[in-house]
Amino acid sequence: MWAFLGSDCMFFGSLIATYLVYKNRSLSGPLPVDVFSIPTTSVSTFVLLMSSMSMVLAYAALRRNRMKTFRIWLASTALMGMTFLAFQVFEFHAFANHEVVVDCTAPIGELTALEQSVAADCEPGQHEIEKQVGLTPRTNLFGSTFFTLTGFHGAHVTLGVVWLLSMFFLSFKKGAVTPEKELNLDLAALYWHFVDIVWIIIFTVVYLFGVFPGF
Amino acid sequence: MTTVPFAIPRPTHPTGVWSWITTIDHKKIGVLYGVTAFVLFIIGGLEALLMRIQLAGPNQDIVSPEVFNQLFTMHGTTMIFLAVMPLSAAFFNFVIPLQIGARDVAFPRLNAFSYWTFLGGAILLNSSWFLGGATNAGWFGYAPLTSTAQNPGNGIDFWIISLQVLGVASLAAAFNFIVTIVNMRAPGMSFMRMPLFTWMTFITAILLVLAFPVITVALIELYFDRTFGMNFFNVATGGDPVLWQHLFWVFGHPEVYILILPAMGIVSEILPTFAKKPLFGYSTVVLAGAIIAFMGWMVWSHHMFTVGLGPIPTAVFTLTTMAIAVPTGIKIFNWMATIWGGSMEYKAPLLFALGFIALFTIGGISGIMHAMASSDAQQQDTYFIVAHIHYVLFGGAIVAVVGGIYYWFPKITGRMYNEAIGKLNFWVMFVGMNLVFFPMHFLGLDGMPRRIYTYDANMGWSLWNGVSTLGALVLGLSFLIFIYNIVTSWRNGEAADGDPWDGRTLEWSMSSPPPEYNFAEIPTVYDRDAWWAEKRGQVHHGVPVGGGSGEEEHSIHMPQPSYWPIVVSIGLVIAGFGLVYHGTYFAVAAFGVLIGMIGVYAWSFEPVNDPE
Repeated sequence: MWAFLGSDCMFFGSLIATYLVYKNRSLSGPLPVDVFSIPTTSVSTFVLLMSSMSMVLAYAALRRNRMKTFRIWLASTALMGMTFLAFQVFEFHAFANHEVVVDCTAPIGELTALEQSVAADCEPGQHEIEKQVGLTPRTNLFGSTFFTLTGFHGAHVTLGVVWLLSMFFLSFKKGAVTPEKELNLDLAALYWHFVDIVWIIIFTVVYLFGVFPGF
Repeated sequence: MTTVPFAIPRPTHPTGVWSWITTIDHKKIGVLYGVTAFVLFIIGGLEALLMRIQLAGPNQDIVSPEVFNQLFTMHGTTMIFLAVMPLSAAFFNFVIPLQIGARDVAFPRLNAFSYWTFLGGAILLNSSWFLGGATNAGWFGYAPLTSTAQNPGNGIDFWIISLQVLGVASLAAAFNFIVTIVNMRAPGMSFMRMPLFTWMTFITAILLVLAFPVITVALIELYFDRTFGMNFFNVATGGDPVLWQHLFWVFGHPEVYILILPAMGIVSEILPTFAKKPLFGYSTVVLAGAIIAFMGWMVWSHHMFTVGLGPIPTAVFTLTTMAIAVPTGIKIFNWMATIWGGSMEYKAPLLFALGFIALFTIGGISGIMHAMASSDAQQQDTYFIVAHIHYVLFGGAIVAVVGGIYYWFPKITGRMYNEAIGKLNFWVMFVGMNLVFFPMHFLGLDGMPRRIYTYDANMGWSLWNGVSTLGALVLGLSFLIFIYNIVTSWRNGEAADGDPWDGRTLEWSMSSPPPEYNFAEIPTVYDRDAWWAEKRGQVHHGVPVGGGSGEEEHSIHMPQPSYWPIVVSIGLVIAGFGLVYHGTYFAVAAFGVLIGMIGVYAWSFEPVNDPE
């Protein structure tokens, strides 16, 4: 398992490296500043981090052979994983249908690059312009690298949820999940924590560095 | 206790085709790997022979330029991913559990899965010949040659997806061998008592685990570019083709050590056995292998000196590349010191091992020549590089592998090969190899570029190209001799006893071929060359190497065969075809994934042994 995680480190390492190489090299918007909503993503990040804690609690419960507590914590881990995924689906959808409303009378220096490009379409005398500028994987380099990186992370979370749910349902069968077989859960937990840690890196490098100026 | 879902009766065939399809015995899987990889090696060799015939004289028109592009791309891809790597894997499978005193690998079913997935990837890649043309952008697939604009056919897609499938197979095998070597060594076999081949396998597996994800990501990005119109390597939207080169060579350079380290391991087994001396400087050879693997990560840009990275990176990579020759040189001197003053038995395996040292050293020296960036700028993309790579990969890896086949042939089959034909085989191969590849040095220095399908008579390249093609025919002949020797010896060679070479390591302490359970009793190891020590009468406590009365064998439970590994592999290959054709064929991919998932679940719930 450690060998597998080492391998997965290289996998995400390469994806993140690609993202960083292409950071700030997109030829057209939207860019991270235009689409990211740090409060929303902070919530989903928090949910995923809490799921790591409940994973630990599930593991501790199994070792003390408290099956009911174990099942509750395991199910809530999987549930929080699914919540995270739901956030991600929502976020992807919002990015793809991103809309900007630009005040045509605002001085050009106060607008972001994306807003400037939209404002260029203002008719004379028009006060406001609304335009859909969705971010898809095809839009620009940011779109390609962002969706590939976070999409593969989402796929990892999905696999983790399937794994945890399988263990959850298996635990109702007598003798399938027992304190003696804690290694099976330990491996799932290790994987889950790893996926979590990767998200912390993605959140920092992609989201926070993407929004705050200077990076 | 546990009910088996999808209740299909457990396969129980002891012999016949089904026993091979459902086997999880590492020895059978090793033989499957070896035979399959050798067939693919012959296919790759025939592709090379076609190219050599096309280049035999100026302005020939035997194959079209389009076909020539496909030939050199498929030759490179086949030889690296479908021949040399799985030939090494064949040795890992057969030899490692025997050398470390284990009854099987740590995950026998995963091992079967690796093999079937490798076979599926090989079929997927080669099916592209018949389904619209094979890949033609070189084995490195540089962007933007691989973009849909430049390369609209689906050859590239076949290449991408089959490399992914092969990557899965290699990764599964690498995890398996890391865990096997870490956890399943016989009592007393500390890391520094492991045979050299086991060490090199261990290092190779670690390299595989770390290198393959990088190419996986690069291929995913390329696939997304081609299939979904993303922008990773699209210059029009700011993408950078050089990123592909970096990702590819970050994988590609460790990959060359993945190819050569097992060969070095084989040579380090053969030399001491036939020189009747322990390996000189065991710990330095191990350490040199580890340093090569580590430094292999710091030299990738020497493949890109002519890209224009700037003076600082170029200087740094020149230095690291020169430095990596040091541990390689240490190994060569250790091998020479091993045979120095030994009582040499010039059997065929030893000849191949000595041939390896000579040829690999020539390739290493030309490698040092283009480690120097300024000199490389002249040699880049000429036949000089072709000469270098074939001296290390053919003269190095393949010669060592053939030597290894001769060395372990008695153990694998229980029969002796024909020694006279084996020696003839070596000399024909040695002469042929030098005839093909040595003139390429001259051609390269004369400025003949790689990957051209023909040339003009007034270029002055005709003579050496003719010689090289003649050599290719000699080399082909040497493999006919090899096949003849192997086939006839396998069918009616003399019976071999357990220890025909007076071997040092544990695999020689049992009968040939080994019993299914390998060791009746797991021996206790007190020495680096444990079997030698035992035979030379060193007495220890514990189970002696080669001991055990054989009465215990009734109580040995081996893991039972299983259908599920091959089911998962078939699912993967179906998914692969779906991904290649994409669009509506994603439904096919989903179907393949579904089969794979069913297989994985059934596999997980299948007990290793049925209750009796």
